[in-house]
Amino acid sequence: MPDDTSISSQSARFPQTRWSAIVAARSEDQAERKRAFESIAASYWKPVYKYIRLRWNRSTEDAKDLTQEFFSRLIEKGFLNSYDPAKARLRTFLRVCIDGLVQNEDKAARRLKRGGNAQILSLDFETAEGELRHLDPPAPGSLNDFFEQEWVRSLFGLAVDALRADCKSRGKSVHFRLFELYDLNDDSASHLTYDDLARQFDLAPTDVTNYLAFARREFRRIALEKLREMTASDDEFRREARSLFGFDPGDPA
Amino acid sequence: MNWLSDDALRRLRSAAVSPDLSGTRYRLLEFVARGGMGVVYLAEDSVLRRRVALKILDPVASSPGLAARLLREARILARLEHPGIVPVHDVGTLADGRVFYAMKFVEGHRLDRHLQQIPSVPERLRLFGKICEAVAFAHACGILHRDLKPENVMVGPFGEVLVMDWGLAKSLHPQPEDGDTLIDESPAPPSDDSFATPAPNTSDSSVHTAHGSILGTPGYMSPEQARGDVTHLDQRSDVFALGALLLYLLTGRPPAPPALQDRIPRPLVAMCRKAMAADPASRYPSASDLAADVARFLDSEPVSAYPEGLFGKAGRFISRHRIAFLLVLTFLVVRVLLLLVFRR
Repeated sequence: MPDDTSISSQSARFPQTRWSAIVAARSEDQAERKRAFESIAASYWKPVYKYIRLRWNRSTEDAKDLTQEFFSRLIEKGFLNSYDPAKARLRTFLRVCIDGLVQNEDKAARRLKRGGNAQILSLDFETAEGELRHLDPPAPGSLNDFFEQEWVRSLFGLAVDALRADCKSRGKSVHFRLFELYDLNDDSASHLTYDDLARQFDLAPTDVTNYLAFARREFRRIALEKLREMTASDDEFRREARSLFGFDPGDPA
Repeated sequence: MNWLSDDALRRLRSAAVSPDLSGTRYRLLEFVARGGMGVVYLAEDSVLRRRVALKILDPVASSPGLAARLLREARILARLEHPGIVPVHDVGTLADGRVFYAMKFVEGHRLDRHLQQIPSVPERLRLFGKICEAVAFAHACGILHRDLKPENVMVGPFGEVLVMDWGLAKSLHPQPEDGDTLIDESPAPPSDDSFATPAPNTSDSSVHTAHGSILGTPGYMSPEQARGDVTHLDQRSDVFALGALLLYLLTGRPPAPPALQDRIPRPLVAMCRKAMAADPASRYPSASDLAADVARFLDSEPVSAYPEGLFGKAGRFISRHRIAFLLVLTFLVVRVLLLLVFRR
């Protein structure tokens, strides 16, 4: 049985990364600010683009332009300086900023100002557009939920990518492959059991259990690290983590 | 980046929070319930080949304070070996760092969801007596439950009754390893529902707090507990909650003054009032005393909470000897009728 000391040390298994892109975005250090905005843009550009497309019913070209404009202002105008985590969640704040931007947009002036369709970020809009085709159009009253869900999709997508790279660099590609087949596979007709995976990879079923446990543990660690980057304080991080990993009581574990 | 469907997101969420049982003797079977401090899963003990409930610290709310609280709950349960209290089998730390304990998996229903299956008042009272017995045993061991309510009572398929969720329990005689001081002063988990039991528990309304604040469930909390007067709590605080529970069993509603249409026998109303008296000194001194009054009522004997008059005594006497009374009454009526017939 563990003693109190060993139990207290368990918190070390949870993300200890204290770097916050939200805090760093206000840094005096330009390199630090750049890193912060890259991190924020990586997590949020797809939800922002999709939100503009569906909430404001903009064409792909307009939505691309407005997405670039949004992140441009985030960087240049210091949008985030007025963000207060005690008053609203970051996503709510960003959504309000997007709405304000679109409502006040002056397309011609905007293009003129930035030199006409200037690209400040290299974003794969075609992929985002392809993803939109997978989605059912959200009801007009559920666009907030839509933005939230797209943010989760973006965050988890980044975490899966990071997990893939991490497993590869550590010689654990089989761990990731099992995770991919068991937890990411959408084809319900070919959903594999642990025994199926054990046979396919010539492993013992207990190895499949352990490999999957490793991959899930690492996925959670990475996802929480990325979430911490998007929060400004421990309290906000805990609130967001609870919200992110909240699940319906009926969900199977 | 690969496209992640909504189903994949749901599976990832579940996978990320599901406990890592590698290296343990347990095999995860299914999610059971979630609370502010922990999540309860059904698992199989692969060594003993039996099903157990695992209460595992919430991965998100995890903190050293909560880990200590869960461990303390397990230690308290380990001290309470009683048929009416769920037994703990094991405690430890998972590979992912989360503290857990294993307990008996109770196959039954939460009292609040099972009450309609028990229409008879005497049956409800006998069930209540079992709850009192378990709580009285805990008091004898120096443990207060502090969150007695229907959601924390399980009724098994054979009528067995188990008092669950001792996460808010307090030791009246704290031992150093209990860490009671630490627990009472530790920050509250940011939770809308405080804990889990081995029954789906989505409407939990308990309130965890730091020392000196509210701790318990509104409606079932004694006034002193509601004031956050933690240092002056004793077993009479649990007696208050038992009184509220008795009222719930009689009315089927959360504790409130009983309405006339409830047709609750006056002695039972008096027992609820006595148990729920604002002044602890006016309550039953112990859960056993309350249980004894319930037993007396069931035996049609006078109860301590209700001094009855002549009519009351006669009514109770008749009720207690109903068959004999009916036989005598029938005999007398027949005699009178025969007398009247033969006089003509």
